[in-house]
Amino acid sequence: MTETYILIPGRTSKQGVGISEGKFGETYQSETTCLQVASEDMTSCGLTDGDWVRLESEFGQIEVVVKAARKDELPSGLLFIPYGDLSSRLMGGDTHGTGMPTSKGFDVTMQPIASPS
Amino acid sequence: MATVTPDASSENELKVVTDATCTFCGCVCDDIDLTVDGDHIVKAKRACVLGKAWFLNHTADDRPSCLIHGKPASVEAGIERSAEMLVSARYPLIYGLSDTTSESQRTAVGIADWVGANIDTTSSVCHGPTGMALQGVGEVTASLGEVRNRGDMIIFWGANPAESHPRHFTRYSLTPKGMFLPNGRKDRTCVVVDVRKTKSAKAADIFIPVKPRSDFEALWALRALANDVELDPNQVLHDTGIELSVWQDLMTRMKAAKYGAIFFGMGLTMTRGKHANAEALLALARDMNKHTRFICKPNRGHGNVTGADNVMAWRTGYPFGVNFMRGYPRFNPGEYTASDVLARKEADAAMIIAADPMANFSQPARDHLKAIPYIAFDPKETPTTRAAEVAFTVATYGINVPGTVYRMDDVPISLRPALECHHPSDLEILKAIEKQVQKLNMENAMAQSKDTSLRPARENFGSNE
Repeated sequence: MTETYILIPGRTSKQGVGISEGKFGETYQSETTCLQVASEDMTSCGLTDGDWVRLESEFGQIEVVVKAARKDELPSGLLFIPYGDLSSRLMGGDTHGTGMPTSKGFDVTMQPIASPS
Repeated sequence: MATVTPDASSENELKVVTDATCTFCGCVCDDIDLTVDGDHIVKAKRACVLGKAWFLNHTADDRPSCLIHGKPASVEAGIERSAEMLVSARYPLIYGLSDTTSESQRTAVGIADWVGANIDTTSSVCHGPTGMALQGVGEVTASLGEVRNRGDMIIFWGANPAESHPRHFTRYSLTPKGMFLPNGRKDRTCVVVDVRKTKSAKAADIFIPVKPRSDFEALWALRALANDVELDPNQVLHDTGIELSVWQDLMTRMKAAKYGAIFFGMGLTMTRGKHANAEALLALARDMNKHTRFICKPNRGHGNVTGADNVMAWRTGYPFGVNFMRGYPRFNPGEYTASDVLARKEADAAMIIAADPMANFSQPARDHLKAIPYIAFDPKETPTTRAAEVAFTVATYGINVPGTVYRMDDVPISLRPALECHHPSDLEILKAIEKQVQKLNMENAMAQSKDTSLRPARENFGSNE
């Protein structure tokens, strides 16, 4: 089943700590490759923590692990991922005359997968 | 004034550097006491979780100070190759600059001028749209000290300082007892407007979960209320996902405040609307000054990204996205900004200073950067240094290197380094590259016997540019 969601990449303190520890280290890598999903969306998609999904935007696709967002942090239909290499792969090159690619609040589809390809 | 004293409680007489400056985020906290044991910082008193990670994980990287094509090389060879690369390029790009000192930023702008480069900072992919908005509507501004002492209505819009600027609340905006706010947090009202209930939202008195991609509409609804314009409740609910009564209540509170401060983040600038969102918010702050005192500031991310804007502005007249190809600075976001220049495959060489576009740019931009020769400066190994033709491992600003950085409220702050480092600073290398560029320009000019100025000949760019 493939559903469309709005993806919000953003900063987290763990991601910031990971930058200082080193971008190839465990903290940064684990934080920036984990997608947070609202609990009701986890249920409706039949997902549990640690499952894999494929996210696809107009410009690219990535495969990430999911975990349920804390309590009421995310409304249904919204996904959150800490900034990093993977989230940036979903951005397009066009900046609409601003210099800034649309890096937050863009549409993605989410499809559960058995394991990363 | 920083002091360096031995730590009397330690048998090893550890060095203590007081009032050191953390350059991880735009808060640039300059009250950190660092305890140094040999070549490690073992304690960072008063630092937040990000500051502690910044200081305590610091080690001088054991990579060579210079790699060319991944192989160890002398710094001098790296400087020579870098200068050749920049001078021979038809469209050199210089990018980054937000995690280094203003002295280095100044030198980088000089190099851009000498080689006729396109120069841009990481501002363009964080608060660049804010820079555009500032030119449109101006900024009602203040120092963070003013907010600390006076701000009784604090609004965060599309910003999550609890995660990105952990001491913002405690040092500047929310909990400190100020000159006119003797009870600290109790004297302030905090409002968070965001699409998700962040950690910051949990610290607020009021959380308004605005509909994703509707900040522009929400801000203009508030502007209308500030100017007593009647609104259709159904339209407002449809456009913003929030009842009109909630916005009316917020506006009543804003008008009743003695001193309001709005801080905003990339929740506004990176999403639909971008500079139009920032423009609406800055204009709202201006509108509010008909009723009471209100200011508005972007929450800047990198330690000296505000310095990058300042240095670019006082050297070129523009804050980011500047092109020197005609021999004088031109500014045009979308045309001269790094992400665009790379995604359109225009640049044929690049110099990346203290940034990681190979991890943060769009895929088309990354693909092109990977395909051209480029120079990278970073204290640590990153995806960008890995793919660079010339990679310099440099000393870390603030920890190894002195200089000046600008706090997010444009206040310049001096750095007080705690440790020596065997790697050169980026400033030393940039100055040497600048010198070498001047030498090559002179040689080229002499060889061509046409242009005796130190600037490069530009016949190739033609009159139809």
